[in-house]
Amino acid sequence: MKFDTPAGQNPIDQLKVVGKPTDRIDGPYKTTGTAPYAYERHDVAPNQAYGYVLGAGIGKGRLRALNTATARRAPGVIAIVSTLDTPKLGLGRMNTANLFGGAEIQHYHQAIALVVAETFEQARAAAFLIRADYAAEPGAFDLDVAAKSAKPVEGGSGEGSGSGAEDRVGDFEKAFAEAPVQFDETFTTPDESHAMMEPHASIAAWDGDKLTLWTSNQMIAWGKGSVAKILGIKPENVRIDSPYIGGGFGGKLFVRSDAILAALGAKAAGRPVKVALTRPLIANNTTHRPATIQRIRIGATKDGQITAIAHESTSGNLPDGRPETAVDQTKLLYAGANRLTALKLAHLDLPEGNAMRAPGEAPGLMALEIAMDEMAERLGLDPVAFRIRNDTQVDPGHPDRPFSHRNLVGCLEQGAERFGWGKRNPKPGQVRDGHWLIGIGMAAGFRNNMLTKSGARVRLDAKGVVTVETDMTDIGTGSYTIIAQTAAEMMGLPLERVVVRLGDSDFPASAGSGGQWGANNSTAGVYAACVKLREAVAQKLGVNSADAVFAEGEVRSGNRAMPLAEAATDGDLTGEDFIEYGDISKQKQQSTFAGHFVEVGVDMHTAEIRVRRMLAVCAAGRILNPKSARSQVIGGMTMGVGGALMEELAVDTKRGFFVNHDLAGYEVPVHADIPHQEVIFLDEVDPMSSPMKAKGVGELGICGVGAAVANAVYNATGIRVRDYPITLDKLLDRMPDAA
Amino acid sequence: MKSFTYERPSTPAQAAQALSGKPNAKFIAGGTNLLDLMKLQIETPTHLVDVNGLGLDKIEATPEGGLRVGALVRNTDLAADARVRKDYAVLSRALLAGASGQLRNKATTAGNLLQRTRCPYFYDTAQPCNKRQPGSGCGALAGVSRTLAIIGASEACIATHPGDMAVAMRVLDATVETVDARGNARRIPMAEFHRLPGDRPEIDTTLKPGELITAVTLPKPLGGKHIYRKVRDRASYAYALVSVAAVIQPDGSGRVALGGIAPKPWRVEAAEGVLPKGARATTEQLLAGAKPTHDNAYKIKLAERTLGAALIEARA
Repeated sequence: MKFDTPAGQNPIDQLKVVGKPTDRIDGPYKTTGTAPYAYERHDVAPNQAYGYVLGAGIGKGRLRALNTATARRAPGVIAIVSTLDTPKLGLGRMNTANLFGGAEIQHYHQAIALVVAETFEQARAAAFLIRADYAAEPGAFDLDVAAKSAKPVEGGSGEGSGSGAEDRVGDFEKAFAEAPVQFDETFTTPDESHAMMEPHASIAAWDGDKLTLWTSNQMIAWGKGSVAKILGIKPENVRIDSPYIGGGFGGKLFVRSDAILAALGAKAAGRPVKVALTRPLIANNTTHRPATIQRIRIGATKDGQITAIAHESTSGNLPDGRPETAVDQTKLLYAGANRLTALKLAHLDLPEGNAMRAPGEAPGLMALEIAMDEMAERLGLDPVAFRIRNDTQVDPGHPDRPFSHRNLVGCLEQGAERFGWGKRNPKPGQVRDGHWLIGIGMAAGFRNNMLTKSGARVRLDAKGVVTVETDMTDIGTGSYTIIAQTAAEMMGLPLERVVVRLGDSDFPASAGSGGQWGANNSTAGVYAACVKLREAVAQKLGVNSADAVFAEGEVRSGNRAMPLAEAATDGDLTGEDFIEYGDISKQKQQSTFAGHFVEVGVDMHTAEIRVRRMLAVCAAGRILNPKSARSQVIGGMTMGVGGALMEELAVDTKRGFFVNHDLAGYEVPVHADIPHQEVIFLDEVDPMSSPMKAKGVGELGICGVGAAVANAVYNATGIRVRDYPITLDKLLDRMPDAA
Repeated sequence: MKSFTYERPSTPAQAAQALSGKPNAKFIAGGTNLLDLMKLQIETPTHLVDVNGLGLDKIEATPEGGLRVGALVRNTDLAADARVRKDYAVLSRALLAGASGQLRNKATTAGNLLQRTRCPYFYDTAQPCNKRQPGSGCGALAGVSRTLAIIGASEACIATHPGDMAVAMRVLDATVETVDARGNARRIPMAEFHRLPGDRPEIDTTLKPGELITAVTLPKPLGGKHIYRKVRDRASYAYALVSVAAVIQPDGSGRVALGGIAPKPWRVEAAEGVLPKGARATTEQLLAGAKPTHDNAYKIKLAERTLGAALIEARA
């Protein structure tokens, strides 16, 4: 089905199942431990052996020798795969660093060997017996230093959005110089780790030339192609199965070393092999959100109209890596006739930087939305009012191109009303509650809505059950449920009559989970397949599909009513199709919007910051399942608090690695850090997005949260911190005397 | 984890004997730290002596009016003991500020004293660390040190003692009781239990090889207000950047020990004389001679302000 004109009335608009707050259908499996994650799929292949990955102990250089002799003789060892015995493997989709093969060490903990043994403990013990002889080389590990020789670069985030090396509208420099009120500050965001609960894990089994990988991956079709390319085998000889994923956040968009080494290990061992990356490997062996240095300049008239806005970001990566596209949102979020956005990339020899939840916008808004807060203060304007004054209903760089639907103003106004923004004291450092300094802050949230092809197959059986098959993944987001809701709505069935099977590369290729595009596109693909199935059913029952009504398990046409199942009495009926998009996303700009409001307390003695309450108001088209959508947003808000207050991969700039590479050192919020969270979805539909009229929320939830926290800290203390995370040591010297 | 042999003796003397002459043997109780370290091959014992069956799990009154806490009393039980909560509240509060409920259920009194540093370089066997591998160097000194020691450290090691319980025990002047393989008992004041690294950072305590902790005794109650204030980057389940254990009397005199800043619970009795003058004067003496790194210099001000908060709480 080609979608290139706005959606009209369709069966989804009935909203009998779609749009209802619905428990996740996979919830009971998760809560009872019966949802099999990749590493626990003991039944899929017999005689599984265990692989343990050994990571390089230097940040850059060459591996001169790898002595595996003792390890090979260790108890239980079946095989050892050495990078020195393996030719340098090709790169998969979006990979920058090689996952395995050859003597070159591009980054710390790059895999150099896999030990395969009868038990995990034996494999691990043997790995410690391997002796690596390195020729270390100096590397570039310090972004502050490397940024001085950074080069302009255009880039995509790997999740759809992208920026030119330099994009201009009007004459920024002139307008900024002439602006009566100016702002010019530099912000930094640190490297961050996805830190998902389930580590990267795979089981590999070969059957002749054919490889099956039971793994944990967000993008099945990408993964299938990448595995084939990396291993130099035909894509049709690769099957990937990933029905349950314990979090990804972008860390599992791409194939990682667990999958490739499981495949190589299984070949070497002659039997199935399972590999999970141990927690200490994840920070340096896999990808991370790159650190940024961002300069923001804003010029405005005295009454608060932005006349000039510039956002420049520098990040680092390995050679041929991509930049963090932190300036994207600044092209679209606020009005202003003169604009400049620019990206630079510095060469770093740290591990590969890549997509993490809302790549680009998450760190970009952490800077931009502090800048807006500071500018509002310079202008003597309320931060909410300043943003509303500079709202735009068109793409500021292309004023003939409107937004498909934009209600940022509604998010901000409702949020302000609901949160009690009017009671905020705009003068910082004025409100106390015991030994806490209290502050309130807000920020706008913004993330584009991306349209991408997505397929599905639906099958009706004689029992009246509809089974949906698509390689779409559920990374804890609720895909199973919204897909079931979609098929139930389309086929006129209750939710229990729909079975959803996901994550298998033998199923039709879907949008996958990334860039908050999964919900809208994957359900639109299911919609398309259901349209086909409805036609097949109508034909079978001898009714006109155009006026057939599918409701309550029946097909009704004129005064006839037949059970849906009747259509499948002679055999299953199948509908398969995909949604694909013309240039509809070029006609109008599709984006999602939020207003984030946060109250913090800052301990007047220790400068410890604790969030007291949070609110997000989101405008993101039709909300398919308000319950799971809310979970997505509060998860994003939680991650936003982490980014604001504690998350940072600490770089050892001499030895070239992320030092705090476990969950004791890399702190993310615990339950005690997260207070009451409220989420409001504005009631809206966007007919430009798909027949579902929905957009994404999974990344919107994090976009802007960090700055809202930072602005609340400023309101509490009068201290402006522009370097994340905002830890107490950055406040202490400027805290008022408390004694 | 390297393969190891295992035994489970039934008396303290047997346990101490089980270690004698076996330099690669270790006691194991809750295992909340040791097992992690074994998995990472930071600790590589070839023999484990399980002390959980020794019956050292009672909290008893002493003739001196204090409490004798068995080595195997779990952190949860110690924190919840009514006598501890009433008379040694600083200890109860310190325990509850540490780890998580699940870990406190397993962790023991003696094991908590013996937990090893959480310096990230100690935890990465590809990195130099004099504490883990003597003579390999200190990666932290010129590396990432925001959480590490500002005082009592050496050129060889800037690791901290990570615990909370020991800080409270130090302020209470607790005594560690031990027994050795020959059955000889010894009493080690908390002040002397943990040692400074000097040029031998691999040795954390003054225990002799094979010496088994049997109990920690608390002297008779001090009275006063008991405060344990732990400062960290998140609200729970994190090691202290700075912690303050304080017992403050109505006249403003009292005792204070700091955690999170040194290789051992940091107490300077001489500094306590100026406690009535306030946090700044006290901290100046407590932290005289501190040698922070660029990354952790904030801990000096943080210690002063945290002590200030504790003193205000004591007056409240």
